[in-house]
Amino acid sequence: MSDCPQCTDEVSISDSARLNEIVECAGCRNELEIVALSPTVLALAPEIEEDWGE
Amino acid sequence: MIRVAVVGAAGFIGGELLRLLVGHPEVEVTAAVSSRFAGKRVDGVHPNLRSATDLTFCPADDVDEYDTVFLATPHGAAMAQIERWTGHSKQVIDLTGDFRLEDTEVFQRYYRSSHVAPHLLGEFVPGIPELHRERLRGADLVSVPGCMAVAGTLSLHPIRDLIGPEAHLDARTGSSGSGATAGEDNLHAFRSGAMRVFAPTGHRHEAEIARHVGVRVTMTATGVEAVRGVQTVCHVTPKPGVDEKAVRRAFRERYRDEPFVRLVAQHRGRYRYPEPKILSGSNFCDVGFAFDEDTGRLTTIAALDNLMKGGAGNAVQCLNIRMGWPENLGLSFPGLHPV
Repeated sequence: MSDCPQCTDEVSISDSARLNEIVECAGCRNELEIVALSPTVLALAPEIEEDWGE
Repeated sequence: MIRVAVVGAAGFIGGELLRLLVGHPEVEVTAAVSSRFAGKRVDGVHPNLRSATDLTFCPADDVDEYDTVFLATPHGAAMAQIERWTGHSKQVIDLTGDFRLEDTEVFQRYYRSSHVAPHLLGEFVPGIPELHRERLRGADLVSVPGCMAVAGTLSLHPIRDLIGPEAHLDARTGSSGSGATAGEDNLHAFRSGAMRVFAPTGHRHEAEIARHVGVRVTMTATGVEAVRGVQTVCHVTPKPGVDEKAVRRAFRERYRDEPFVRLVAQHRGRYRYPEPKILSGSNFCDVGFAFDEDTGRLTTIAALDNLMKGGAGNAVQCLNIRMGWPENLGLSFPGLHPV
């Protein structure tokens, strides 16, 4: 579990999560990027990036 | 099984009560009272109940003994006949406006008539499980609030300590809120396509919300194109230091274990805020909010089906609590989408 930086809801993170993976917060539905592991740190994912999704 | 009667069973709320109660596994509906349709089949007035019940409407004079009586009569009739119904039933759940306020002066101001059973005003437990669950477990007299009052109350109560003393509530309601005997103004030709501000000030539900939340409430009510549904948008001023996270935390903690209230305040998605359209037929009240930190303004939003969480569904939820049954018994329909 990790807290959403936007709404503070708990966000479930799987054991196999990887750095820069995108997860969705169930509370505010924001897309969050895993910016650090052990411990997990989440940040709001940028909405648009040049190579988004590539 | 308990024996129940629905009084005012030919109306919209009465029909919704019958729909829920004839399918309720612990309830036997033994009387559907309607003076207007006495002797007629229930499914003639409520065709959605075809094959669900063979009941016929009966006049009030034919009443028997019941475990619970639901009063879905026009305002004024419940207080005029309350002794009759308490004499025939262990529990009375009133869905009219007659016992929603505690204060006779406030009642007179909002309903423009004197109360004929003022000694009972304080005896009715408000039918809002989210605020009065413990009292409802032993309540033999329950008064179910108005539909817009439920929505407004649930969208303000969790944050009442975080906001200033005034709230302005803008409410939109579908045509079924006017009842099955609505007058000429509700003819399709007049109502269709209209957004009618029928109560720019002074709506009765102001007093109910103020009573439950403890803030001064002003209210505007508008009739819109929908048949079912209520949406309230409430504008308040947060106290200094209150931010979005504090508001979200208050809502989340308050409603975490509630079976029929959901926090809907999303930054993404098709329905980011409470939308009554997807709640038709369900007993949910969705509440949400938006916080503008630049202006220091907080807007709360709530949506429900006025005939369900705003009326019959809430009443059945109160019955379930009183009888010690699972709170969602007979109320688990999640709504339709798309609709």
